[in-house]
Amino acid sequence: MTGTLAAVGAGLAVIGAGIGIGQIGGKAMEAIARQPEAVGDIRTNMLIAAALVEGAALATIVLSFFV
Amino acid sequence: MSLKSFLYSCLLSTLAVTTLSAQGHDTHSPAQHSPATTEQHGQQPQGEAASHGADAHAAEGHAAHAGCHPEEKKSDKYDPVPAVMHHIGDANHFHIIGDLHFPLPVFAYDMENGLTAGLSTMFHHGAKAVNGFVLAHDVVRKAKGLPMGEVDLDEIHDGHYSFVKEELNAKGKKEDHHFVSYKGQCYELEESRKLTNLESSWIDFSITKNVFTMLMALLVIGLAFFKTANYYKNNPNKAPKGIANLMEVFVTFIRDDVAKPSIGPKYEKYMTLLMSIFFFILFNNLFGLIPFFPGGANVMGNISSTIILAVIVFIVVTLSGNKNYWQHIFWMPGVPLPIKILMAPIEFASIFIKPFTLLIRLFANITAGHVIILTFVSLIFIFGNAGQSVGGSAGGSLMAIPFVAFMNILEILVAFLQAFIFTLLSALYIGGAVEEHHHDEAAHH
Repeated sequence: MTGTLAAVGAGLAVIGAGIGIGQIGGKAMEAIARQPEAVGDIRTNMLIAAALVEGAALATIVLSFFV
Repeated sequence: MSLKSFLYSCLLSTLAVTTLSAQGHDTHSPAQHSPATTEQHGQQPQGEAASHGADAHAAEGHAAHAGCHPEEKKSDKYDPVPAVMHHIGDANHFHIIGDLHFPLPVFAYDMENGLTAGLSTMFHHGAKAVNGFVLAHDVVRKAKGLPMGEVDLDEIHDGHYSFVKEELNAKGKKEDHHFVSYKGQCYELEESRKLTNLESSWIDFSITKNVFTMLMALLVIGLAFFKTANYYKNNPNKAPKGIANLMEVFVTFIRDDVAKPSIGPKYEKYMTLLMSIFFFILFNNLFGLIPFFPGGANVMGNISSTIILAVIVFIVVTLSGNKNYWQHIFWMPGVPLPIKILMAPIEFASIFIKPFTLLIRLFANITAGHVIILTFVSLIFIFGNAGQSVGGSAGGSLMAIPFVAFMNILEILVAFLQAFIFTLLSALYIGGAVEEHHHDEAAHH
């Protein structure tokens, strides 16, 4: 039972991360379309923001392993 | 530069090798026998699936120790979980095809009886125990109480000399216990010392599959960089050709897009570290995606290797932190006092959380990729009812092949991306530690 609950928890964490990374990616695409010359800076900052969102989700998923 | 880089990766790998060996085989060990456990992951020949299929079982266990035989199998249904877990785990020999294995050196240090060294062939595919050590599920384990020297183990069923029982531990969680049988008596197997098993009586220093792949990556990186360095030495002021051309793309990318913008003017000091980390992760990831013999190890999907990389980054960041960096952690300027008190512990925790997320991200991404590919391969066995239905296997293969091909290509992208992200974030953390004080921006930090 705890294993099942942990899986549900991991799934919920992934929903949050998915929304977050989707927003970041979408906005970055818009920004690149508006200012194609700034693609390098936008890419770097996009990856950093995505990494931060992902970090929170990964921490949750790892916690769900230890339940 | 490249020589330094090479030496750095030597150091890096040695550290990783030591910890990996000291911690033994991390990730999960296989739970049960299943046809796929005898295969390298990746393509699985149909004929073999059919021949092995019959002994697939899911041994449901309870806490009874009586006799030395596994409980009767309850169902013939194929369970992909143990097979997948087996393939993402480490092993003490390389499986090539069928009964053919590439032997690897084993160095097992027993606290009481000292070192046992030799090739993994000394276990005869698990049939023999040497000084109490046995090879169960491709991993060396110790059987407590077995006599010293070489002894023949009892065969449990066709070609298998160990079995698994699921037992509940003190916390009420299911745990797999491995057993071998010798002269009709049961001996429980003990895994080597690792983070989750610190009271084990032996330490595994073997060159396992993961360690072998790391050494191979090291060799390839070394060859590529020495060749590149020689090319530039012999042809100064000329456009690069061949391997030098290939390496220059990565080197300039790491320098211009990662190190310079993230670290700033002091970037040169950290280039060796960043380059070593990038190429070490990249080559190990790429070798892990080769489904046949020299590849297929899950190095960055083994948490010990990523822990070591993150610890190296943590040490570098902490040691290169200047006064400004520590001030912004413990007593940030331009912030009201109550917020300062509130923020200091959070900022302090973030010193450790940053490398922690770094190691978990790499570990989770690479493991997830391997698990997805292996799950698609398992489709063949699920549809084929563990090899009993040839038509089902064929249908499963039709489904699995495009998925596996697609995931493999996606994983090549992930291999590059994760190596890049690890390097980029390391560079950012180092950049944050060496950044000089800005008067006009002080309020924003």
